[in-house]
Amino acid sequence: MIQLQDYSHSRGQFRSPQAEFWAGARDILPLIIGAIPFGIIFGTLATSNGLSIGGALAMSAFVFAGSSQFIAVGLVAAGTGWWLIVLTTFIVNLRHLLYAVSLLPYVQSLPRRWQTVLAFFLTDESFAVAIRRYEQADGAPMKHWHHLGASVTMYGSWLLSTLLGITIGQTLPNAANWGLDFAMSVTFIGMIVPYVKTQPMAIATLISGSVALLAYPLPHKLGLIVAAIAGIAAGVLSERTLTHPR
Amino acid sequence: MIPEGLMITGMAIATFTIRYAIFGASNRFTLSPAWRHTLRYVPPVVLTAIVVPEVLMGDGGLDVSVMNARLVGAIAAVIIAATTRNLLLTISLGMAVFFGWNECLGLWT
Repeated sequence: MIQLQDYSHSRGQFRSPQAEFWAGARDILPLIIGAIPFGIIFGTLATSNGLSIGGALAMSAFVFAGSSQFIAVGLVAAGTGWWLIVLTTFIVNLRHLLYAVSLLPYVQSLPRRWQTVLAFFLTDESFAVAIRRYEQADGAPMKHWHHLGASVTMYGSWLLSTLLGITIGQTLPNAANWGLDFAMSVTFIGMIVPYVKTQPMAIATLISGSVALLAYPLPHKLGLIVAAIAGIAAGVLSERTLTHPR
Repeated sequence: MIPEGLMITGMAIATFTIRYAIFGASNRFTLSPAWRHTLRYVPPVVLTAIVVPEVLMGDGGLDVSVMNARLVGAIAAVIIAATTRNLLLTISLGMAVFFGWNECLGLWT
């Protein structure tokens, strides 16, 4: 009875932790399809560019950050010092700060161990899927399980595709040409469009996309951060101009 | 030979530090309503900043033409998303248009 009381304001949208977990696992599937070729390519490249099999797997298991793993392999092949590779990793992954601060209102009240686990699994993909679930206005209280389901599924598939690349990568046709990576683009498009309901949001995305193109030559994925900040600033400024016309 | 263990440990620590920093400090600050409002822009602008170069940047730089199957697929996806608001339909039809257009380009060239 107490439970009924607790969820009465959530308009009957309570979903069990298991239901949320599997929904999260399902919702991230299109993004996993898009990431599989990269896991395979990473496994193939890592072992042919000087990393051991254990090293390649350990990198996917403990670092779990696709872009920086690719950059690291390139730097290893070029004979770069390990500390410079670590520094580069730090810079490449700076964009996760933006994801974390955006997720903060939803994970702030979670116990520390939940925050630790969700932080370890934070990726572009899990952020996109989790924030979409958190922002649904159904008041369901177990959404962090959705976040976890998406994260763990992403992690498992990244490990598996790395393993595939290490073991049979050399015998497969070049995964970069499969076109599966386009699944990420269409999924993100399907997630972006519903946001663009107001003028400031339209301006924000327009500016972000344009700046992303202009800043594309910047190294270490810094263009992404520059574009995002420009987009946010454009949105906030246009809100002020549009709501307080002079 | 690079010290592999050192490198991977360092990379893991660097990555986790960034991912955890904000969550870890979460009990030390609260976001004002104005900040929370500002943060609502993060998902759409970040995803846009990822997708736009992904779609428009080919091997030889900016490619805005009908020869770019990704662009054609992306335009289809935008139209489907705007008219149906159905994510699964957007993904499947967007992919179908992309693969179909690629096939057509293959036949034509």
